[in-house]
Amino acid sequence: MEFDALILSRLQFAFVVAFHIMFPAFTIGLAAFLAVAEGLWLFTKKEVFKRLYLHWVKIFALAFGIGVVSGVVMSYQFGTNWAVFSDKAGSVIGPLLGYEVLTAFFLEATFLGVMLFGWKRVGPTLHFVATCAVAIGTSISAFWILSANSWMQTPVGFDIDPETGNFFATDWWAVIFNPSFPSRYVHMMLAAFITTAAVVLAAGAYQVIRGRVTEPTRWQIRMASGTLLLLMPLQIWAGHWSGEVAHHYQPAKVAAMEGWWETSDVQGTILFAIPDAENERNIAEIMIPGTSPYLFNTDEPLQGLNAFPEDERPPVFPVFWSFRIMVGAGMIMLFMGGWGVALWAMKRIEKPGLFHWLAVPTGILGFVAVITGWIVAEVGRQPYTVYGFLRTEDSISPVEPAAVATSLIVFMVVYAIIFTAGVIYMARIATRGFDDDPTDPPVREHRAPGSALASVTDKAEEA
Amino acid sequence: MDYPLIWSLLIATAVMLYVLLDGSDLGIGILTAFAKSDEERNLMTATIEPVWDGNETWLILGGGGLFAAFPLAYAILMPAFYIPVLLMLAALIFRGVAFEFRHKAVRTTTRHFWNGAFSYGSLFAAFAQGLILGGFIQGVSVDGRSFAGGTFDWLTPFTLLVALSVTGGYVLLGSSWLVLKTEGGLQKWSRAWARRSSLFVALAMAAISLATLSIDPRVTERWGVTMQAIEFGKFLPLAPIPLLAGLLLVALWRDLSILGDKAPDWRPMVLSAALFLTGYLGLGISLFPYLVPFELTIWETAARDNALQLMLVGASIMLPVILAYTIYVYSLFWGKVDPEESYHD
Repeated sequence: MEFDALILSRLQFAFVVAFHIMFPAFTIGLAAFLAVAEGLWLFTKKEVFKRLYLHWVKIFALAFGIGVVSGVVMSYQFGTNWAVFSDKAGSVIGPLLGYEVLTAFFLEATFLGVMLFGWKRVGPTLHFVATCAVAIGTSISAFWILSANSWMQTPVGFDIDPETGNFFATDWWAVIFNPSFPSRYVHMMLAAFITTAAVVLAAGAYQVIRGRVTEPTRWQIRMASGTLLLLMPLQIWAGHWSGEVAHHYQPAKVAAMEGWWETSDVQGTILFAIPDAENERNIAEIMIPGTSPYLFNTDEPLQGLNAFPEDERPPVFPVFWSFRIMVGAGMIMLFMGGWGVALWAMKRIEKPGLFHWLAVPTGILGFVAVITGWIVAEVGRQPYTVYGFLRTEDSISPVEPAAVATSLIVFMVVYAIIFTAGVIYMARIATRGFDDDPTDPPVREHRAPGSALASVTDKAEEA
Repeated sequence: MDYPLIWSLLIATAVMLYVLLDGSDLGIGILTAFAKSDEERNLMTATIEPVWDGNETWLILGGGGLFAAFPLAYAILMPAFYIPVLLMLAALIFRGVAFEFRHKAVRTTTRHFWNGAFSYGSLFAAFAQGLILGGFIQGVSVDGRSFAGGTFDWLTPFTLLVALSVTGGYVLLGSSWLVLKTEGGLQKWSRAWARRSSLFVALAMAAISLATLSIDPRVTERWGVTMQAIEFGKFLPLAPIPLLAGLLLVALWRDLSILGDKAPDWRPMVLSAALFLTGYLGLGISLFPYLVPFELTIWETAARDNALQLMLVGASIMLPVILAYTIYVYSLFWGKVDPEESYHD
């Protein structure tokens, strides 16, 4: 493989976007969790929810910070490395990103200040409003970015300027609510909630293993297990919906996901295979035959990759395997959610056991599923940036390979440093747990909870 | 309606707000390198911790807005400034995470590392933004619809001058903000830094103004000023801008060195911001209507009218709302900074 500006730019984009997506995915879910915790505290007046809030808001601040700085990179990346794409598609997806900044980014970033530093200056209700503003901001942000990305997957509502070759919108409603957007937005939002639930569960399980069980720990495990058990079935449905849409609009992507080479009326589900793109076949295939009528609602024959010219096919191996890893991660999280809820029902959540040991590594599975899911979506869209209309190789900036190699290395080094530090700091807070006595109310009531002194006195008195 | 014109004004405003708001944050970041103790450093960062996230969002609006409203300008300028943009992004990453990480580091060496990341991140971000501004003013080479120059075209003595000036200007903004937000010894120290940087900014603005006049004949033509003669018919209507800048500098100097703590705490900040505005206005007059100087205008690089129209609907609703809650949050944290007020532990 020759390392030209194209392959380097693709590597760089894949790297910075995969890094970035972990943090929004986590903070979308965590913001919602914090809003729920603070709401429960206001509503029930139970101390435990305040403690959960104050604990996780520290982790939220770290994750959000990394999300913001890696997000700034994304907003410049389109221009620095994908200039032709920016020029051609700017009049269609530019406004969607513009709306994201106007309706979401400012809302999140501004009210985060109130959320973290405003306890003493606003009342509990207003503070709750600020938390909700941040949570709503994160979902609005996901709305626009998914809309823009989905338009690249299933472009509609546009025309092409014969003079410049640029896309322009003819129907904004069709652009924003393009065919793959609704299913993909639901799929991503659920993924964010599930990712966060898996992390919260893992942190709770770790505290149990270390014998630091307190009331917030129990609630953490209950809420996280319940969320997983409740949302994972919905997620399977949303994933299936998304797959049906992809099958309709991007059959080559689905053929790669399934590992189908030949077109046939009835296809099987391949559990294991090593796709061999050169010889257009699978090696060591293990397949359940005849499953497609149950999975795909269509009378048409199901196209295999051979139905597409070679230069119209996405890379099969990464799409095929990412899809399987994503599904596998989801299944494990569903199982862990069910197990956790069962233990809750049997009142055995705080007894360390196999569940807790397995729940700790499950904490990363949400991220694994998010990243592999996006690999399926993005690699599956290849060889196009705007599916069917603008090829990736025609989207790139006129930059020198050496410049791109430099930036790729810089981003790798910088992200490695901040990722390592960020994960260490977050894990330190998450595993520290709530090893203070939860029942003591803070004495200095005139200090709003969360102010530095209040948290200091809380700790001193609760220790 | 002339949508490209409206959008160029909106994006210019967004960039201006970024410069004033986050420019102050970056200036404070640079100043933390000279802080005498960790307490002082924490106090300095505490003055901006609740607002920096929102402030940096104006930069995203600047970049995202350029992409959305002027995709061709974005597609040409970003590759042209590939290296300075990379430097800015890397620096902003360190600066941004250091806000939080500084407080989480346990060992002294890691705390030093994040303190360094904060001040150097701020320094390099400011410097890189100056490089981009300088490269923008001096213009980029274009062929058809793409950038046609080399990776290091932006690197000239002029861009280095602009980069130094922007850095000094940010220090002025940051130290003026500290004069407003702190008390006692730290305030006195900040005032001394504001004084030094205001002198530097005065020299830098004069140097850049003169250098800009010689960048392109079209700039000279607009101001009516050449090295040999001044064409008063053109210069006089524009003369109030440099005149105002001069007056602001005098007033600022008077507040900082003659009146000292007898001047109201808010005034250096307002005067510094106003000084930036005059510089910005002068720049706008020099370059208008070019968005890719001196090749393509705002109309040639604009997105389709229906895209600009759609965004204008959103902007006219959302920008007032954003400004309202930004002002609300600033007023919420009004007054001298309270060292106890933090959720850190």
